[in-house]
Amino acid sequence: MLLLRFVVAAEAYAQPDMHPAFSVILLTTLIGAGQGLFLALFTVQSYAVVGLLPAVEGRAFYAAGAALALALTAGGLVASFFHLGRPERAWRSATQWRTSWLAREVIALPAFMGALALWGTLHALGWPPVLATLPHGTAVELTLVVGIAATLLAFALYVCTGMIYACLRFLAEWHTPLTPLNYVLMGGASGFTLGAAWAALGSPPHARFLAGWAVVLTLLAAIGRIASLWRNARLKPRSTLQSAIGIKHPKVVQRSQGFMGGSFNTREFFHGKGAPLLRGVKWYFVAAAFALPAAMVAAGPASAGWLLAAFAVQYSGLIAERWFFFAQANHPQNLYYQAIS
Amino acid sequence: MSRKQLALVIDLNVCVGCHACVTSCKEWNGAGAAGPMTDQNPYGADPSGTFFNRVQTFEIGEFPHTETVHFPKSCLHCEEPPCVPVCPTGASYKREEDGIVLVDYDKCIGCKYCSWACPYGARELDEHQKVMKKCTLCVDRIYDTRLAEIDRKPACVKACPTSARIFGDIHDPHSDAARAIRDNGGYALMPEWGTQPANHYLPRRKTRMRIHADELVRADNPLRVEGHPPKPAAGTATLDDASW
Repeated sequence: MLLLRFVVAAEAYAQPDMHPAFSVILLTTLIGAGQGLFLALFTVQSYAVVGLLPAVEGRAFYAAGAALALALTAGGLVASFFHLGRPERAWRSATQWRTSWLAREVIALPAFMGALALWGTLHALGWPPVLATLPHGTAVELTLVVGIAATLLAFALYVCTGMIYACLRFLAEWHTPLTPLNYVLMGGASGFTLGAAWAALGSPPHARFLAGWAVVLTLLAAIGRIASLWRNARLKPRSTLQSAIGIKHPKVVQRSQGFMGGSFNTREFFHGKGAPLLRGVKWYFVAAAFALPAAMVAAGPASAGWLLAAFAVQYSGLIAERWFFFAQANHPQNLYYQAIS
Repeated sequence: MSRKQLALVIDLNVCVGCHACVTSCKEWNGAGAAGPMTDQNPYGADPSGTFFNRVQTFEIGEFPHTETVHFPKSCLHCEEPPCVPVCPTGASYKREEDGIVLVDYDKCIGCKYCSWACPYGARELDEHQKVMKKCTLCVDRIYDTRLAEIDRKPACVKACPTSARIFGDIHDPHSDAARAIRDNGGYALMPEWGTQPANHYLPRRKTRMRIHADELVRADNPLRVEGHPPKPAAGTATLDDASW
Protein backbone atom coordinates (compact mmCIF):
# COMPACT_ATOMS: atom_id res chain seq x y z
CA MET A 1 0.00 0.00 0.00
CA LEU A 2 2.81 2.34 0.87
CA LEU A 3 4.41 1.55 -2.50
CA LEU A 4 1.17 2.41 -4.31
CA ARG A 5 1.13 5.78 -2.60
CA PHE A 6 4.58 6.42 -4.00
CA VAL A 7 3.30 5.59 -7.48
CA VAL A 8 0.40 8.03 -7.09
CA ALA A 9 2.83 10.64 -5.80
CA ALA A 10 4.88 10.14 -8.95
CA GLU A 11 2.10 11.68 -11.06
CA ALA A 12 3.69 15.10 -11.26
CA TYR A 13 5.65 15.03 -14.50
CA ALA A 14 8.19 17.57 -15.55
CA GLN A 15 7.97 17.23 -19.30
CA PRO A 16 8.30 13.62 -20.38
CA ASP A 17 10.13 13.37 -23.61
CA MET A 18 12.69 10.96 -25.11
CA HIS A 19 11.38 9.00 -28.06
CA PRO A 20 11.48 5.29 -27.07
CA ALA A 21 13.06 3.04 -29.72
CA PHE A 22 11.52 -0.42 -29.81
CA SER A 23 14.80 -2.00 -30.83
CA VAL A 24 16.37 -0.85 -27.57
CA ILE A 25 13.28 -1.82 -25.55
CA LEU A 26 13.47 -5.36 -26.96
CA LEU A 27 17.25 -5.52 -26.54
CA THR A 28 17.25 -4.59 -22.87
CA THR A 29 14.22 -6.66 -21.86
CA LEU A 30 15.24 -9.78 -23.81
CA ILE A 31 18.84 -9.89 -22.65
CA GLY A 32 17.72 -9.06 -19.12
CA ALA A 33 15.40 -12.07 -19.10
CA GLY A 34 18.04 -14.27 -20.76
CA GLN A 35 20.65 -13.35 -18.15
CA GLY A 36 18.09 -13.87 -15.39
CA LEU A 37 17.13 -17.28 -16.74
CA PHE A 38 20.75 -18.37 -16.71
CA LEU A 39 21.19 -17.05 -13.17
CA ALA A 40 18.09 -19.03 -12.14
CA LEU A 41 19.43 -22.25 -13.69
CA PHE A 42 22.85 -21.74 -12.18
CA THR A 43 21.34 -20.98 -8.78
CA VAL A 44 19.71 -24.43 -8.90
CA GLN A 45 23.02 -26.00 -9.86
CA SER A 46 24.99 -24.26 -7.11
CA TYR A 47 22.37 -25.11 -4.46
CA ALA A 48 22.43 -28.73 -5.66
CA VAL A 49 26.23 -28.86 -5.54
CA VAL A 50 26.29 -28.01 -1.84
CA GLY A 51 23.35 -30.30 -1.17
CA LEU A 52 20.71 -27.69 -0.41
CA LEU A 53 18.58 -28.93 -3.29
CA PRO A 54 18.19 -32.36 -4.86
CA ALA A 55 20.27 -32.79 -8.02
CA VAL A 56 18.47 -32.28 -11.32
CA GLU A 57 17.58 -35.49 -13.18
CA GLY A 58 18.86 -35.65 -16.75
CA ARG A 59 20.81 -33.18 -18.86
CA ALA A 60 17.99 -31.44 -20.70
CA PHE A 61 16.99 -29.04 -17.89
CA TYR A 62 20.32 -27.22 -17.92
CA ALA A 63 21.26 -27.75 -21.56
CA ALA A 64 17.94 -26.78 -23.15
CA GLY A 65 17.51 -24.06 -20.52
CA ALA A 66 20.85 -22.60 -21.57
CA ALA A 67 19.68 -22.79 -25.19
CA LEU A 68 16.53 -20.88 -24.25
CA ALA A 69 18.55 -18.22 -22.42
CA LEU A 70 20.87 -18.04 -25.41
CA ALA A 71 17.89 -17.61 -27.74
CA LEU A 72 16.62 -14.71 -25.62
CA THR A 73 19.99 -12.93 -25.57
CA ALA A 74 20.47 -13.59 -29.29
CA GLY A 75 17.03 -12.11 -29.92
CA GLY A 76 18.11 -9.04 -28.01
CA LEU A 77 21.32 -8.85 -30.00
CA VAL A 78 19.42 -9.03 -33.28
CA ALA A 79 16.99 -6.34 -32.09
CA SER A 80 19.92 -4.06 -31.21
CA PHE A 81 21.05 -4.03 -34.82
CA PHE A 82 17.79 -2.35 -35.81
CA HIS A 83 18.76 0.60 -33.67
CA LEU A 84 21.87 1.28 -35.75
CA GLY A 85 21.96 3.48 -38.80
CA ARG A 86 24.90 1.52 -40.21
CA PRO A 87 24.63 -2.03 -38.74
CA GLU A 88 27.31 -3.35 -41.11
CA ARG A 89 29.87 -1.43 -39.06
CA ALA A 90 28.70 -2.75 -35.70
CA TRP A 91 31.99 -4.57 -35.18
CA ARG A 92 33.67 -1.23 -34.64
CA SER A 93 31.56 -0.57 -31.56
CA ALA A 94 33.78 -2.65 -29.26
CA THR A 95 36.85 -0.49 -29.70
CA GLN A 96 36.24 2.31 -27.17
CA TRP A 97 35.71 0.12 -24.10
CA ARG A 98 38.05 2.33 -22.11
CA THR A 99 35.56 5.20 -22.07
CA SER A 100 32.19 4.01 -23.40
CA TRP A 101 29.70 1.89 -21.47
CA LEU A 102 28.06 1.06 -24.78
CA ALA A 103 31.32 -0.44 -26.05
CA ARG A 104 31.63 -2.36 -22.78
CA GLU A 105 28.15 -3.77 -23.27
CA VAL A 106 29.08 -4.73 -26.82
CA ILE A 107 31.92 -6.80 -25.35
CA ALA A 108 30.06 -8.14 -22.30
CA LEU A 109 27.06 -9.39 -24.28
CA PRO A 110 28.88 -11.82 -26.60
CA ALA A 111 31.24 -12.78 -23.75
CA PHE A 112 28.26 -13.74 -21.62
CA MET A 113 26.64 -15.54 -24.55
CA GLY A 114 29.87 -17.47 -25.14
CA ALA A 115 30.18 -18.52 -21.50
CA LEU A 116 26.50 -19.44 -21.45
CA ALA A 117 26.86 -21.52 -24.62
CA LEU A 118 29.89 -23.29 -23.16
CA TRP A 119 28.07 -23.97 -19.93
CA GLY A 120 25.07 -25.37 -21.80
CA THR A 121 27.26 -27.45 -24.10
CA LEU A 122 29.14 -28.98 -21.17
CA HIS A 123 25.82 -29.93 -19.60
CA ALA A 124 24.49 -31.27 -22.90
CA LEU A 125 27.57 -33.43 -23.40
CA GLY A 126 27.33 -34.63 -19.84
CA TRP A 127 30.99 -33.98 -19.42
CA PRO A 128 31.61 -32.85 -15.88
CA PRO A 129 35.26 -33.45 -15.10
CA VAL A 130 35.92 -32.80 -11.44
CA LEU A 131 38.59 -30.14 -11.16
CA ALA A 132 38.98 -30.24 -7.40
CA THR A 133 37.33 -31.59 -4.30
CA LEU A 134 36.61 -29.25 -1.42
CA PRO A 135 37.39 -30.37 2.20
CA HIS A 136 33.78 -31.40 2.87
CA GLY A 137 33.73 -33.62 -0.18
CA THR A 138 32.00 -31.19 -2.54
CA ALA A 139 33.13 -31.86 -6.09
CA VAL A 140 34.01 -28.75 -8.11
CA GLU A 141 32.98 -29.65 -11.62
CA LEU A 142 34.03 -27.79 -14.75
CA THR A 143 30.43 -26.64 -15.30
CA LEU A 144 30.53 -24.95 -11.91
CA VAL A 145 33.64 -22.94 -12.84
CA VAL A 146 32.22 -21.98 -16.24
CA GLY A 147 28.92 -21.14 -14.55
CA ILE A 148 30.64 -18.82 -12.07
CA ALA A 149 32.38 -17.07 -14.97
CA ALA A 150 29.07 -16.74 -16.81
CA THR A 151 27.45 -15.39 -13.61
CA LEU A 152 30.10 -12.70 -13.28
CA LEU A 153 29.63 -11.83 -16.95
CA ALA A 154 25.84 -11.72 -16.52
CA PHE A 155 26.21 -9.20 -13.70
CA ALA A 156 28.81 -7.24 -15.68
CA LEU A 157 26.38 -7.10 -18.59
CA TYR A 158 23.53 -5.84 -16.36
CA VAL A 159 25.82 -3.13 -15.01
CA CYS A 160 26.97 -2.15 -18.52
CA THR A 161 23.38 -1.94 -19.77
CA GLY A 162 22.32 0.15 -16.80
CA MET A 163 25.37 2.40 -16.91
CA ILE A 164 24.77 3.26 -20.58
CA TYR A 165 21.84 5.29 -19.27
CA ALA A 166 23.03 6.11 -15.76
CA CYS A 167 26.27 7.70 -16.97
CA LEU A 168 24.50 10.44 -18.96
CA ARG A 169 24.62 13.05 -16.25
CA PHE A 170 22.21 15.57 -17.68
CA LEU A 171 19.49 12.99 -18.21
CA ALA A 172 18.59 13.30 -14.55
CA GLU A 173 15.89 10.61 -14.65
CA TRP A 174 18.56 8.04 -15.54
CA HIS A 175 21.53 9.45 -13.68
CA THR A 176 21.10 7.47 -10.48
CA PRO A 177 22.48 4.21 -9.03
CA LEU A 178 18.86 3.00 -9.12
CA THR A 179 19.15 2.61 -12.90
CA PRO A 180 21.75 -0.23 -12.98
CA LEU A 181 20.25 -1.69 -9.79
CA ASN A 182 16.82 -1.87 -11.39
CA TYR A 183 18.24 -3.44 -14.55
CA VAL A 184 19.68 -6.20 -12.36
CA LEU A 185 16.48 -6.65 -10.35
CA MET A 186 14.00 -6.49 -13.24
CA GLY A 187 16.09 -8.75 -15.47
CA GLY A 188 16.55 -11.15 -12.58
CA ALA A 189 12.85 -11.12 -11.72
CA SER A 190 11.73 -11.94 -15.27
CA GLY A 191 14.48 -14.56 -15.63
CA PHE A 192 13.56 -16.33 -12.40
CA THR A 193 9.85 -16.31 -13.31
CA LEU A 194 10.73 -17.91 -16.63
CA GLY A 195 13.13 -20.23 -14.80
CA ALA A 196 10.30 -21.35 -12.50
CA ALA A 197 8.15 -22.15 -15.52
CA TRP A 198 11.09 -23.96 -17.09
CA ALA A 199 11.59 -26.01 -13.93
CA ALA A 200 7.89 -26.86 -13.84
CA LEU A 201 8.42 -28.35 -17.31
CA GLY A 202 11.80 -29.99 -16.91
CA SER A 203 12.45 -30.52 -13.22
CA PRO A 204 9.23 -30.08 -11.18
CA PRO A 205 10.87 -30.55 -7.75
CA HIS A 206 12.74 -27.29 -8.31
CA ALA A 207 9.81 -25.22 -9.55
CA ARG A 208 8.70 -24.01 -6.10
CA PHE A 209 12.26 -23.04 -5.19
CA LEU A 210 12.66 -20.83 -8.28
CA ALA A 211 9.12 -19.50 -7.92
CA GLY A 212 10.00 -18.33 -4.42
CA TRP A 213 13.03 -16.45 -5.67
CA ALA A 214 11.00 -15.04 -8.55
CA VAL A 215 8.54 -13.53 -6.06
CA VAL A 216 11.36 -12.10 -3.92
CA LEU A 217 13.13 -10.58 -6.93
CA THR A 218 9.88 -9.23 -8.38
CA LEU A 219 9.07 -7.51 -5.10
CA LEU A 220 12.62 -6.12 -4.80
CA ALA A 221 12.39 -4.87 -8.39
CA ALA A 222 9.05 -3.24 -7.58
CA ILE A 223 10.63 -1.42 -4.64
CA GLY A 224 13.60 -0.30 -6.75
CA ARG A 225 11.50 0.87 -9.67
CA ILE A 226 8.93 2.66 -7.54
CA ALA A 227 11.77 4.33 -5.66
CA SER A 228 13.07 5.65 -8.99
CA LEU A 229 9.54 6.78 -10.01
CA TRP A 230 9.26 8.62 -6.72
CA ARG A 231 12.69 10.17 -7.15
CA ASN A 232 12.05 11.21 -10.75
CA ALA A 233 8.79 12.94 -9.90
CA ARG A 234 10.75 15.21 -7.57
CA LEU A 235 13.55 16.18 -9.93
CA LYS A 236 14.17 19.83 -10.57
CA PRO A 237 15.74 20.45 -13.98
CA ARG A 238 19.22 21.85 -13.60
CA SER A 239 19.19 23.62 -16.94
CA THR A 240 16.73 26.37 -17.69
CA LEU A 241 15.99 28.47 -20.74
CA GLN A 242 18.00 31.17 -18.96
CA SER A 243 21.12 29.02 -18.68
CA ALA A 244 20.53 27.57 -22.15
CA ILE A 245 20.88 30.94 -23.86
CA GLY A 246 22.64 32.78 -21.06
CA ILE A 247 20.17 35.60 -20.58
CA LYS A 248 19.14 36.51 -17.06
CA HIS A 249 15.47 37.35 -17.07
CA PRO A 250 12.66 35.51 -15.33
CA LYS A 251 10.61 35.50 -18.50
CA VAL A 252 12.23 34.05 -21.61
CA VAL A 253 10.05 32.51 -24.34
CA GLN A 254 11.15 30.88 -27.55
CA ARG A 255 9.46 32.40 -30.58
CA SER A 256 11.19 30.33 -33.27
CA GLN A 257 13.38 27.25 -33.21
CA GLY A 258 14.81 28.21 -36.57
CA PHE A 259 12.83 25.93 -38.88
CA MET A 260 9.21 25.16 -39.67
CA GLY A 261 9.46 21.41 -40.34
CA GLY A 262 10.88 18.69 -38.13
CA SER A 263 14.49 17.81 -37.48
CA PHE A 264 16.42 15.04 -35.79
CA ASN A 265 16.24 17.06 -32.58
CA THR A 266 12.45 17.21 -32.62
CA ARG A 267 12.04 13.54 -33.59
CA GLU A 268 14.57 11.85 -31.31
CA PHE A 269 13.89 13.72 -28.11
CA PHE A 270 10.10 14.18 -28.22
CA HIS A 271 7.68 11.27 -28.28
CA GLY A 272 4.63 13.47 -28.74
CA LYS A 273 2.46 11.36 -26.44
CA GLY A 274 0.27 13.01 -23.87
CA ALA A 275 0.42 12.69 -20.11
CA PRO A 276 -2.69 10.43 -19.93
CA LEU A 277 -0.95 7.76 -22.03
CA LEU A 278 2.17 7.96 -19.90
CA ARG A 279 0.11 7.64 -16.76
CA GLY A 280 -1.66 4.63 -18.26
CA VAL A 281 1.61 2.97 -19.24
CA LYS A 282 3.01 3.61 -15.78
CA TRP A 283 0.09 1.99 -14.00
CA TYR A 284 0.15 -0.87 -16.48
CA PHE A 285 3.79 -1.66 -15.81
CA VAL A 286 3.47 -1.33 -12.04
CA ALA A 287 0.66 -3.88 -12.22
CA ALA A 288 1.90 -6.17 -14.99
CA ALA A 289 5.64 -6.21 -14.32
CA PHE A 290 5.47 -6.47 -10.53
CA ALA A 291 2.12 -6.83 -8.74
CA LEU A 292 0.37 -9.35 -10.99
CA PRO A 293 3.26 -11.76 -11.64
CA ALA A 294 4.27 -11.71 -7.97
CA ALA A 295 0.70 -12.57 -6.99
CA MET A 296 0.35 -15.20 -9.74
CA VAL A 297 3.61 -16.93 -8.85
CA ALA A 298 3.08 -16.71 -5.09
CA ALA A 299 -0.55 -17.81 -4.98
CA GLY A 300 -0.99 -19.93 -8.08
CA PRO A 301 -0.07 -23.55 -8.78
CA ALA A 302 3.53 -24.36 -9.74
CA SER A 303 2.38 -25.61 -13.12
CA ALA A 304 4.26 -24.81 -16.31
CA GLY A 305 1.28 -23.19 -18.03
CA TRP A 306 0.45 -20.94 -15.10
CA LEU A 307 4.05 -19.86 -14.55
CA LEU A 308 4.52 -19.24 -18.27
CA ALA A 309 1.44 -17.05 -18.20
CA ALA A 310 2.97 -15.17 -15.25
CA PHE A 311 6.16 -14.69 -17.28
CA ALA A 312 4.19 -13.46 -20.30
CA VAL A 313 2.37 -10.91 -18.13
CA GLN A 314 5.63 -9.83 -16.53
CA TYR A 315 7.44 -9.52 -19.84
CA SER A 316 4.67 -7.37 -21.30
CA GLY A 317 4.91 -5.25 -18.16
CA LEU A 318 8.66 -4.88 -18.59
CA ILE A 319 8.19 -3.78 -22.21
CA ALA A 320 5.86 -1.07 -20.90
CA GLU A 321 8.33 -0.27 -18.13
CA ARG A 322 11.18 0.20 -20.62
CA TRP A 323 9.00 2.35 -22.87
CA PHE A 324 8.19 4.52 -19.89
CA PHE A 325 11.85 4.61 -18.85
CA PHE A 326 12.73 6.26 -22.15
CA ALA A 327 9.61 8.39 -22.44
CA GLN A 328 10.11 9.88 -18.99
CA ALA A 329 13.62 11.12 -19.65
CA ASN A 330 13.66 14.85 -20.29
CA HIS A 331 16.66 15.97 -22.32
CA PRO A 332 18.00 19.51 -21.72
CA GLN A 333 18.33 19.97 -25.49
CA ASN A 334 14.53 20.25 -25.54
CA LEU A 335 14.87 23.73 -24.10
CA TYR A 336 16.05 24.80 -27.54
CA TYR A 337 13.07 23.23 -29.33
CA GLN A 338 9.96 24.69 -27.72
CA ALA A 339 8.26 26.68 -30.49
CA ILE A 340 8.10 26.26 -34.25
CA SER A 341 7.53 29.91 -35.05
CA MET B 1 45.52 25.66 -21.85
CA SER B 2 48.44 26.03 -24.18
CA ARG B 3 46.88 23.83 -26.84
CA LYS B 4 45.06 25.62 -29.60
CA GLN B 5 41.27 25.74 -29.31
CA LEU B 6 39.48 27.11 -32.33
CA ALA B 7 36.01 28.43 -31.65
CA LEU B 8 33.33 30.88 -32.62
CA VAL B 9 32.37 33.86 -30.55
CA ILE B 10 28.84 34.93 -31.36
CA ASP B 11 27.80 38.46 -30.58
CA LEU B 12 24.12 38.52 -29.62
CA ASN B 13 24.34 42.29 -29.54
CA VAL B 14 24.60 42.51 -33.30
CA CYS B 15 22.98 39.32 -34.62
CA VAL B 16 19.91 40.36 -36.58
CA GLY B 17 18.59 36.83 -37.15
CA CYS B 18 18.92 36.89 -40.94
CA HIS B 19 19.87 33.16 -41.22
CA ALA B 20 22.67 33.98 -43.68
CA CYS B 21 25.03 31.82 -41.59
CA VAL B 22 22.54 28.93 -41.81
CA THR B 23 22.24 29.02 -45.58
CA SER B 24 25.92 29.68 -46.12
CA CYS B 25 26.81 26.73 -43.87
CA LYS B 26 24.41 24.49 -45.75
CA GLU B 27 25.78 25.66 -49.08
CA TRP B 28 29.44 25.10 -48.20
CA ASN B 29 29.09 21.89 -46.25
CA GLY B 30 26.53 20.37 -48.58
CA ALA B 31 29.26 20.20 -51.19
CA GLY B 32 32.38 20.04 -49.03
CA ALA B 33 34.15 17.25 -47.21
CA ALA B 34 31.47 17.16 -44.48
CA GLY B 35 28.62 16.71 -46.94
CA PRO B 36 26.16 15.87 -48.18
CA MET B 37 23.62 17.45 -45.87
CA THR B 38 20.55 15.72 -47.10
CA ASP B 39 16.98 16.99 -47.04
CA GLN B 40 13.79 14.99 -46.87
CA ASN B 41 10.73 16.45 -48.57
CA PRO B 42 12.41 19.82 -49.13
CA TYR B 43 9.45 21.11 -51.14
CA GLY B 44 6.79 18.91 -49.57
CA ALA B 45 4.38 19.36 -46.71
CA ASP B 46 6.72 18.25 -43.94
CA PRO B 47 10.23 19.34 -44.90
CA SER B 48 13.17 18.16 -42.87
CA GLY B 49 16.90 18.10 -43.27
CA THR B 50 20.35 18.12 -41.77
CA PHE B 51 21.78 21.41 -40.59
CA PHE B 52 24.93 22.20 -38.65
CA ASN B 53 23.70 25.60 -37.61
CA ARG B 54 20.32 27.01 -36.63
CA VAL B 55 19.25 30.52 -35.75
CA GLN B 56 16.60 30.64 -33.09
CA THR B 57 14.60 33.53 -31.76
CA PHE B 58 13.70 34.25 -28.17
CA GLU B 59 11.56 36.92 -26.58
CA ILE B 60 12.83 38.31 -23.33
CA GLY B 61 10.49 40.00 -20.89
CA GLU B 62 6.79 40.75 -20.93
CA PHE B 63 4.98 43.02 -23.35
CA PRO B 64 5.47 45.95 -23.72
CA HIS B 65 8.89 45.59 -22.10
CA THR B 66 10.11 42.92 -24.47
CA GLU B 67 13.20 42.42 -26.45
CA THR B 68 13.92 39.99 -29.28
CA VAL B 69 17.13 38.01 -29.17
CA HIS B 70 18.31 36.03 -32.17
CA PHE B 71 20.39 33.11 -31.10
CA PRO B 72 22.57 31.16 -33.56
CA LYS B 73 23.27 27.64 -32.30
CA SER B 74 25.81 25.11 -33.55
CA CYS B 75 28.26 22.64 -32.03
CA LEU B 76 30.13 24.42 -29.24
CA HIS B 77 33.31 22.30 -29.60
CA CYS B 78 33.40 21.77 -25.83
CA GLU B 79 36.77 21.49 -24.14
CA GLU B 80 35.27 18.61 -22.12
CA PRO B 81 32.98 17.17 -24.79
CA PRO B 82 30.52 14.71 -23.21
CA CYS B 83 29.70 13.30 -26.66
CA VAL B 84 33.21 11.96 -27.31
CA PRO B 85 33.87 9.40 -24.53
CA VAL B 86 30.46 7.73 -24.97
CA CYS B 87 31.07 6.91 -28.65
CA PRO B 88 31.58 3.14 -28.87
CA THR B 89 33.50 3.23 -32.15
CA GLY B 90 35.78 6.23 -31.77
CA ALA B 91 34.02 7.96 -34.66
CA SER B 92 33.48 11.03 -32.46
CA TYR B 93 36.74 12.65 -31.54
CA LYS B 94 38.30 15.90 -30.48
CA ARG B 95 41.36 16.95 -32.43
CA GLU B 96 44.48 17.42 -30.36
CA GLU B 97 45.92 20.09 -32.63
CA ASP B 98 43.05 22.59 -32.70
CA GLY B 99 40.29 21.31 -30.41
CA ILE B 100 37.70 20.81 -33.15
CA VAL B 101 35.19 18.05 -32.33
CA LEU B 102 34.57 15.93 -35.42
CA VAL B 103 32.73 12.80 -36.52
CA ASP B 104 34.44 10.26 -38.77
CA TYR B 105 31.55 9.35 -41.06
CA ASP B 106 33.30 6.13 -42.08
CA LYS B 107 33.40 4.85 -38.52
CA CYS B 108 30.03 6.09 -37.26
CA ILE B 109 27.45 3.32 -36.80
CA GLY B 110 24.53 5.71 -36.31
CA CYS B 111 23.66 4.56 -32.78
CA LYS B 112 22.75 8.13 -31.75
CA TYR B 113 24.30 7.69 -28.31
CA CYS B 114 26.44 10.83 -28.74
CA SER B 115 23.34 12.90 -29.43
CA TRP B 116 21.88 11.70 -26.13
CA ALA B 117 25.11 12.76 -24.47
CA CYS B 118 25.06 16.32 -25.86
CA PRO B 119 22.99 18.69 -23.69
CA TYR B 120 22.89 21.30 -26.47
CA GLY B 121 21.26 19.24 -29.21
CA ALA B 122 24.14 20.13 -31.52
CA ARG B 123 24.23 16.79 -33.32
CA GLU B 124 21.84 15.68 -36.02
CA LEU B 125 21.59 12.23 -37.58
CA ASP B 126 21.59 12.43 -41.36
CA GLU B 127 18.48 10.48 -42.38
CA HIS B 128 19.96 9.56 -45.72
CA GLN B 129 23.53 8.64 -44.80
CA LYS B 130 22.51 7.33 -41.36
CA VAL B 131 25.54 8.81 -39.64
CA MET B 132 25.79 11.57 -37.04
CA LYS B 133 26.66 15.03 -38.33
CA LYS B 134 27.61 18.28 -36.75
CA CYS B 135 29.47 21.54 -37.25
CA THR B 136 33.10 21.00 -38.32
CA LEU B 137 34.12 24.65 -37.99
CA CYS B 138 34.65 24.25 -41.76
CA VAL B 139 37.77 22.22 -41.11
CA ASP B 140 38.04 21.64 -44.87
CA ARG B 141 38.20 25.38 -45.45
CA ILE B 142 40.14 27.03 -42.65
CA TYR B 143 43.40 25.25 -43.54
CA ASP B 144 42.97 25.33 -47.33
CA THR B 145 46.03 27.19 -48.60
CA ARG B 146 44.46 27.48 -52.05
CA LEU B 147 42.05 30.00 -50.57
CA ALA B 148 43.10 33.56 -49.91
CA GLU B 149 44.11 34.10 -46.30
CA ILE B 150 40.98 36.18 -45.66
CA ASP B 151 38.75 33.33 -46.84
CA ARG B 152 40.21 30.72 -44.49
CA LYS B 153 37.32 31.11 -42.09
CA PRO B 154 34.14 29.11 -41.50
CA ALA B 155 31.45 29.78 -44.09
CA CYS B 156 29.08 31.17 -41.46
CA VAL B 157 31.66 33.75 -40.36
CA LYS B 158 32.22 34.86 -43.93
CA ALA B 159 28.49 35.17 -44.54
CA CYS B 160 27.52 37.19 -41.48
CA PRO B 161 26.55 40.68 -42.67
CA THR B 162 26.85 42.24 -39.20
CA SER B 163 30.11 40.56 -38.14
CA ALA B 164 28.30 38.88 -35.29
CA ARG B 165 30.55 35.83 -35.62
CA ILE B 166 34.20 35.98 -34.60
CA PHE B 167 36.42 33.00 -35.36
CA GLY B 168 39.73 32.30 -33.70
CA ASP B 169 41.86 30.49 -31.15
CA ILE B 170 40.37 31.25 -27.75
CA HIS B 171 43.54 30.01 -26.02
CA ASP B 172 45.62 32.67 -27.75
CA PRO B 173 45.12 35.79 -25.61
CA HIS B 174 45.88 38.03 -28.57
CA SER B 175 43.28 36.57 -30.93
CA ASP B 176 40.17 38.57 -31.78
CA ALA B 177 38.04 35.80 -30.32
CA ALA B 178 39.82 35.69 -26.97
CA ARG B 179 39.86 39.46 -26.76
CA ALA B 180 36.14 39.66 -27.50
CA ILE B 181 35.37 37.14 -24.74
CA ARG B 182 37.60 38.95 -22.30
CA ASP B 183 36.56 42.51 -23.05
CA ASN B 184 32.87 42.05 -23.76
CA GLY B 185 31.76 39.54 -21.15
CA GLY B 186 31.75 36.40 -23.30
CA TYR B 187 29.90 33.53 -21.63
CA ALA B 188 29.34 29.80 -22.17
CA LEU B 189 25.98 28.03 -22.52
CA MET B 190 24.72 25.75 -19.73
CA PRO B 191 27.83 26.17 -17.58
CA GLU B 192 26.17 23.91 -14.99
CA TRP B 193 27.32 20.75 -16.81
CA GLY B 194 31.04 21.51 -16.83
CA THR B 195 31.35 20.85 -20.55
CA GLN B 196 33.40 24.04 -20.98
CA PRO B 197 32.10 25.00 -24.41
CA ALA B 198 34.76 26.58 -26.59
CA ASN B 199 32.18 28.69 -28.43
CA HIS B 200 31.20 31.72 -26.45
CA TYR B 201 28.39 34.22 -26.70
CA LEU B 202 28.67 37.95 -26.18
CA PRO B 203 25.73 39.44 -24.29
CA ARG B 204 23.43 42.22 -25.44
CA ARG B 205 25.09 45.46 -24.47
CA LYS B 206 23.32 48.77 -23.96
CA THR B 207 24.82 52.14 -23.31
CA ARG B 208 22.81 53.95 -20.71
CA MET B 209 23.47 57.29 -19.05
CA ARG B 210 22.82 57.32 -15.37
CA ILE B 211 21.58 60.82 -14.54
CA HIS B 212 20.82 61.72 -10.97
CA ALA B 213 18.36 64.49 -10.22
CA ASP B 214 20.97 66.72 -8.59
CA GLU B 215 23.01 66.62 -11.78
CA LEU B 216 20.25 68.50 -13.61
CA VAL B 217 20.48 71.62 -11.46
CA ARG B 218 23.62 73.46 -10.61
CA ALA B 219 24.14 72.55 -6.99
CA ASP B 220 27.81 73.28 -6.73
CA ASN B 221 29.01 76.73 -6.00
CA PRO B 222 32.72 76.83 -6.70
CA LEU B 223 33.08 79.52 -4.06
CA ARG B 224 31.17 77.58 -1.44
CA VAL B 225 32.78 77.25 1.93
CA GLU B 226 32.43 73.88 3.56
CA GLY B 227 29.76 73.93 6.29
CA HIS B 228 28.09 77.20 5.14
CA PRO B 229 24.96 77.29 2.99
CA PRO B 230 25.70 78.37 -0.56
CA LYS B 231 25.54 82.12 -1.25
CA PRO B 232 23.46 83.06 -3.01
CA ALA B 233 21.01 80.28 -2.03
CA ALA B 234 19.99 77.77 -4.71
CA GLY B 235 16.65 79.45 -5.40
CA THR B 236 17.92 83.02 -5.59
CA ALA B 237 17.93 84.76 -8.93
CA THR B 238 21.34 85.00 -10.52
CA LEU B 239 22.81 87.32 -13.10
CA ASP B 240 21.61 84.93 -15.83
CA ASP B 241 18.01 85.28 -14.69
CA ALA B 242 18.03 89.04 -14.90
CA SER B 243 16.21 90.52 -17.82
CA TRP B 244 17.39 93.84 -19.09
